[in-house]
Amino acid sequence: MFSGFDATVLARMQFAFTVSFHFIFPAFSIGLASYLAVLEGLWLKTGRELYLDLFRYWLKIFAVAFAMGVVSGLVMSYQFGTNWSVFSDKAGGVIGPLMAYEVLTAFFLEAGFLGVMLFGMGRVGKGLHFAATLMVALGTFISAFWILSVNSWMQTPTGYEIGPGGQFLPGPSWAAIIFNPSFPYRLVHTVIAAYLTTALAVGAVGAWHLLRDRQNAHARKMFSMAMWMAALVAPVQIFAGDAHGLNTLEHQPAKVMAMEGHYQSHPHGAPLYLFGIPDDRTQTLRYAIAIPKASSLILKHDPDAPLAGLDTIAPDKRPPVWIVFWSFRVMVGLGFAMLGLGLWSLLARARKKLYDWPWLHRAALVMGPSGFVAVIAGWVTTEVGRQPYTVYGLLTTAQSRSPIAAPAVAASLLAFILVYCAVFGIGVWYILKLMNQGAHPHETGPEQDERAPIRSAGITPGPHQHAAIEDMGEDSGAGAVT
Amino acid sequence: MMVNFDLATVWAFIIAFAVLMYVVMDGFDLGIGILFPFYRPGTERDQAMNAIAPVWDGNETWLVLGGGGLFAAFPLAYAIVLPATYPLMIAMLLGLVFRGVAFEFRWRDPRHQRFWDRAFFAGSLVAAMAQGMTLGALLQGVHVEGRAYAGGWLDWLSPYSLLTGAGVVVGYALLGACWLAIKVEGDAQTRAFRHARAAALATLLAMAAVSLATPFLGQQYFARWFHMPLLIALAPVPVATVSVAVLLWRALGRREEWPPFLYALALFGLGAIGLGVSMWPYVVPQSVTIWQAAAPERSQVFMLIGVGLVMPLILAYTGWAYWVFRGKVGEHGYH
Repeated sequence: MFSGFDATVLARMQFAFTVSFHFIFPAFSIGLASYLAVLEGLWLKTGRELYLDLFRYWLKIFAVAFAMGVVSGLVMSYQFGTNWSVFSDKAGGVIGPLMAYEVLTAFFLEAGFLGVMLFGMGRVGKGLHFAATLMVALGTFISAFWILSVNSWMQTPTGYEIGPGGQFLPGPSWAAIIFNPSFPYRLVHTVIAAYLTTALAVGAVGAWHLLRDRQNAHARKMFSMAMWMAALVAPVQIFAGDAHGLNTLEHQPAKVMAMEGHYQSHPHGAPLYLFGIPDDRTQTLRYAIAIPKASSLILKHDPDAPLAGLDTIAPDKRPPVWIVFWSFRVMVGLGFAMLGLGLWSLLARARKKLYDWPWLHRAALVMGPSGFVAVIAGWVTTEVGRQPYTVYGLLTTAQSRSPIAAPAVAASLLAFILVYCAVFGIGVWYILKLMNQGAHPHETGPEQDERAPIRSAGITPGPHQHAAIEDMGEDSGAGAVT
Repeated sequence: MMVNFDLATVWAFIIAFAVLMYVVMDGFDLGIGILFPFYRPGTERDQAMNAIAPVWDGNETWLVLGGGGLFAAFPLAYAIVLPATYPLMIAMLLGLVFRGVAFEFRWRDPRHQRFWDRAFFAGSLVAAMAQGMTLGALLQGVHVEGRAYAGGWLDWLSPYSLLTGAGVVVGYALLGACWLAIKVEGDAQTRAFRHARAAALATLLAMAAVSLATPFLGQQYFARWFHMPLLIALAPVPVATVSVAVLLWRALGRREEWPPFLYALALFGLGAIGLGVSMWPYVVPQSVTIWQAAAPERSQVFMLIGVGLVMPLILAYTGWAYWVFRGKVGEHGYH
């Protein structure tokens, strides 16, 4: 199946596949953990059952998403060694400690308090339970902090020394490594993206239930909260993205050239290509639709400013333009669509039609998955755009990989594809089923779900429910998965 | 065998501590997965799941610390060991995927609960077997040239690694059965004691077989263990192991609740001491020492500060989480 590829390409495909699949879950759980903390906080403050219902409802979805994030994340922490052992040997002294700090300060925090958050409501006081929720939310943020610092260091390495064996060694200041030039921009852009992604998913669930019943109080509340988030955060995200782009222009100009489709240099102001088919072989952008000088205006704040193109970069140091050009456009296009949705919701609010405008609800429903798509497109842009390097400008991807032969990498890639698509596909299906059910008054938590009565937290279901579960267990029979 | 407490040594002990924490903590919840087919569908399986549901994620985090810590403190060892055991690592990770999602999925889809129960069992078994075989593959030595693994794809597969794999599987089953005996009552508990006895017997046999086979794997192990002053210093290890085994057996017969689990932990601790004696000072046995593999001093110091500050907190809130979910799991969740 993968016989035409060499081991480096296969290892890259494996990393791209496992990390893309993985990132879907944290992108959701970073935002959802904070949303849950807000819901629980509002419940404690106002005492309104509605917030508790929403909290319990989203907690069930969080539990499923988080479990998938944990197991797919575990794969990532070993992926550096299995397929990229030379990179690990060379860069381990610098990025290893940052990842160790992620485990110590984030993973343990999330995992330690997750059990109490999911199952502990009947076993600890309300304040303590809220503290556990806050710790989980804080853990997801700290995790993002460290791993984005690692990624940013690989994009814009600073604060290192080179050892005698070509190893990267930490310099005197860890702050120079952690707070490398692209890190603040990447952190802000990624964390906002996670919040926006979650808001759009929550908004879509609210919209789906409003389309069924406009009076649904739970759907109204989640839709309203989500649309506030979209309206307020989407413009901030566009500014953050712009700042991140300028930072990339400064440190990784070749990536921006690929994003813009600038094969040629433009000494007198570069056009902004809205559309085009990049052709790396002839180094031309075909069927281009351009706004003259707009790229210089955006990137240099001067329509006549010169912008260098990929013709100034050695051919073997250029990233593949086609992927970067299009993934960037997908991300930006969706970003503006999110802004449009947010503005629409403000208009609806002003006209007091937020809950009575089916087309708005349909649009929010369609935009539900857009955050995930935009997040993946953004990562594709930044990761493919920094090729052919793992440590930018210093260590190439081809030099980084393990001495593992292509068939072994291909076999494991195939195994990951099969298992991930099956297992996480089913998990996403379960999440969609939960979303379809919607939140109800007197919502049960994960510990007392009507389908899973025998969990913790001192809830005592009647014996008939109990028997029902056993019956279902008997019915399912051998290998009954569909 | 001299131990100077320099940075690399301190880090070797930290990694060993993380791995041992992982082995005993995820060990009991993987063990419950390994024994899952022996539990009756319905209440008994739900109870077994509930006995570990609130803590499994924290337990598994120690594996990330073990792997991540190795990467950070001994990057060369990480860069050699993972390619050397590539298929085992992939199998372990995929096994952990199946069992990890089963915790949530089996409640989400009652019609396919049996399927996820099987996934929970198979994933736990594969992960445990792969971990045990990795241990064996390391002890028997890996072929290193320069700074890289230079062996074949299947070097890790040998009768010895199959033996260590089976040893870890039955050892985890022992921990799981002993943990379950603490958490459940009545019939389920009686069965847990029975499972624990069978697993204890198998674990002791496996420990004996591994202990007998290891000195003959390589000259170093033999010289290490059967060298005169050390032989006397080390004599308490096998003696203690036999004593703990006897105590474990008696405690299980008397249906005591906590002591069997503690004795099982002691067995793992003694096994770890034995391993440490055999391996020291190598991090990749017989080829790379901890000093050769050590990360730069600045890296190790920076992380040591983090471990010193954060590890007490981790142990405190992990302990608190266990305390919150203390007591019998009961037929209807925690009482």
